[in-house]
Amino acid sequence: MFSRIFQLGTRLLRETRAGGNLTSNSINSSYYQGQLSRHSAPAKSILFSTATSSHEGSEDKEKISVTFVNKDGSEQTISVPVGMSMLEAAHENDIELEGACEGSLACSTCHVIVMDVKHYNKLEDPTDEENDMLDLAFGLTETSRLGCQVIAKPELDGVRLALPAATRNFAVDGFVPKPH
Amino acid sequence: MMLKAHEGVQVDIIDRLPTPFGLVRSGVAPDHPETKIVVNQFSRVAANARCSFFGNVTLGSDVSLAELRGTYDVVVLAYGAESDRSFGIPGENLRGIHSAREFVWWYNGHPDMHNLVPDLQNTDSAVVLGQGNVALDVARILLRCTTKLASTDIAGHALDALKSSTIRKVYLVGRRGPVQAACTAKELREILGLQNVHVCIKEGDLATSPADKEEMRNSRIKRRVHELLSKAATMHKEKNSNDQKELHFVFFRKPTRFLPSEGGSTVGAVELEKTLLKDDAVTGNQVAVGTGEFEDLKCGLVLKSIGYKSLPTEGLPFDNYKGVVPNLRGRVLSSESETTTVEAGLYVVGWLKRGPTGIVATNLHCAEETVASILEDDRNGVFMAPSDSRRQGRKGLLEILEQKNARYVPFDGWEKINSEEKIAGQLKNKPREKITTWDELLKAANGG
Repeated sequence: MFSRIFQLGTRLLRETRAGGNLTSNSINSSYYQGQLSRHSAPAKSILFSTATSSHEGSEDKEKISVTFVNKDGSEQTISVPVGMSMLEAAHENDIELEGACEGSLACSTCHVIVMDVKHYNKLEDPTDEENDMLDLAFGLTETSRLGCQVIAKPELDGVRLALPAATRNFAVDGFVPKPH
Repeated sequence: MMLKAHEGVQVDIIDRLPTPFGLVRSGVAPDHPETKIVVNQFSRVAANARCSFFGNVTLGSDVSLAELRGTYDVVVLAYGAESDRSFGIPGENLRGIHSAREFVWWYNGHPDMHNLVPDLQNTDSAVVLGQGNVALDVARILLRCTTKLASTDIAGHALDALKSSTIRKVYLVGRRGPVQAACTAKELREILGLQNVHVCIKEGDLATSPADKEEMRNSRIKRRVHELLSKAATMHKEKNSNDQKELHFVFFRKPTRFLPSEGGSTVGAVELEKTLLKDDAVTGNQVAVGTGEFEDLKCGLVLKSIGYKSLPTEGLPFDNYKGVVPNLRGRVLSSESETTTVEAGLYVVGWLKRGPTGIVATNLHCAEETVASILEDDRNGVFMAPSDSRRQGRKGLLEILEQKNARYVPFDGWEKINSEEKIAGQLKNKPREKITTWDELLKAANGG
């Protein structure tokens, strides 16, 4: 619960920094999007199943399925609302994806590998700024992206994102420390 | 990482400064605030009940390494590199010559450099030796418009000095070529795009040899850096106005002497020798070799940015040549006897372990490796002490500090400093107005 409030706080902070003018409308709509999609989506799909595709500006967001593959090979599949970044989605689901600069394109710690090249090709090309950070990422591959720049959209449903192996030694050892 | 991995673990962080966060506070440039966002994560760690911060405690004088090893099951040295490589050429002691580290600490308000007082008014030209990201940082701070700097967390004394600076030309000098330059794309893109700065790069310097092409083939960073420099060389053909400042990229020149100005005690020029690149058979790298042709570059300020160096500690194995602590995946190795042994319970991480290169992410991965070694050693019982001599940990440290009459600064002492700096910053439209002397920092930490 605390982490949810914290996540909302960082999102507001980000919007303040980026947007300049933070109107009460935008705070409410982003808060409600989170709330509505969580609680009302199932009911909505029963009542309005044929109409979802035409809801361009509605408060309810479609969700896609995203699977994170951890360094030890274990997997976690989560549901991500369209419009949310993979970094935010990971944090909301306690997936261990670092985000040192909190999405401001000043680090490479949220580096993810898009496992299916078809999904990779559906993404917008990285900007110069993202490429500058990818230059510094460890274990960079042809389908690497920064998690904070990959935004959920319907065409990415089912995307699989691998967290790169940090150090060669760690990957070989494969040991995941368990809490006592 | 240690706190997450092991529910029973307690971690104490010791720093000789009253302020935590190391280079994020004292190294990252004031106009790079996004790089400092990581302090949020650091602060969350420090707020954990199983973690304590002990600021204003110096290794060696307030507590020795031997005392720490007797008090804690695990000691990790993460104190980085607080010294500099030097050229060892004549004139290096002339006034006006500083290491980039000193200059960076000065504009970032590090209390050790409060009295640096670099003279920015005796000249219109500054020479920066080196072409890595730190070299670009100092060049950029010298060239950036001070109205932009005025809304950053730059130290007040530095902002004042820069406002009255007469420096209009900055030379970034490298002994090798653009392909070997150590800077990365983001920083280069930023400095090439500075407002009102005319960038001078000789197109001839951008020609690449087969060896250069091979280096570029293996490195995405080098390819993108070369592309940026090539574009800049063709774009900036003519100076737009005489109000513009100048940034010169000087390649294939190594410094051989620092020459005094007319007064005799301040630097007046750098003597540079032209170089050629030759393959080094041993390392496979291209190295710069002097050609015997010299030229002088007039300047009144020299910033040496050729790398940091770690300092050794009493009781700590140290490789003087490499400037790091010998280690195997973070476990400290000693070679006192003929065989190399692992020093139980002693680890290194960061620049002290790998040498002074890399960014936040590099240190993150380095930390993962050292933590993996610690956890493995724990599983193997390396830290078991006989039950009658259990190490005291935090309690033991507090006793040692009390005996030495050392007044440590806890994390909430830093929070008082933080609060005071932020309030003072608000008055000047800055994120914070840094407190830059030891006395004032300790006073603020104690709520005075």
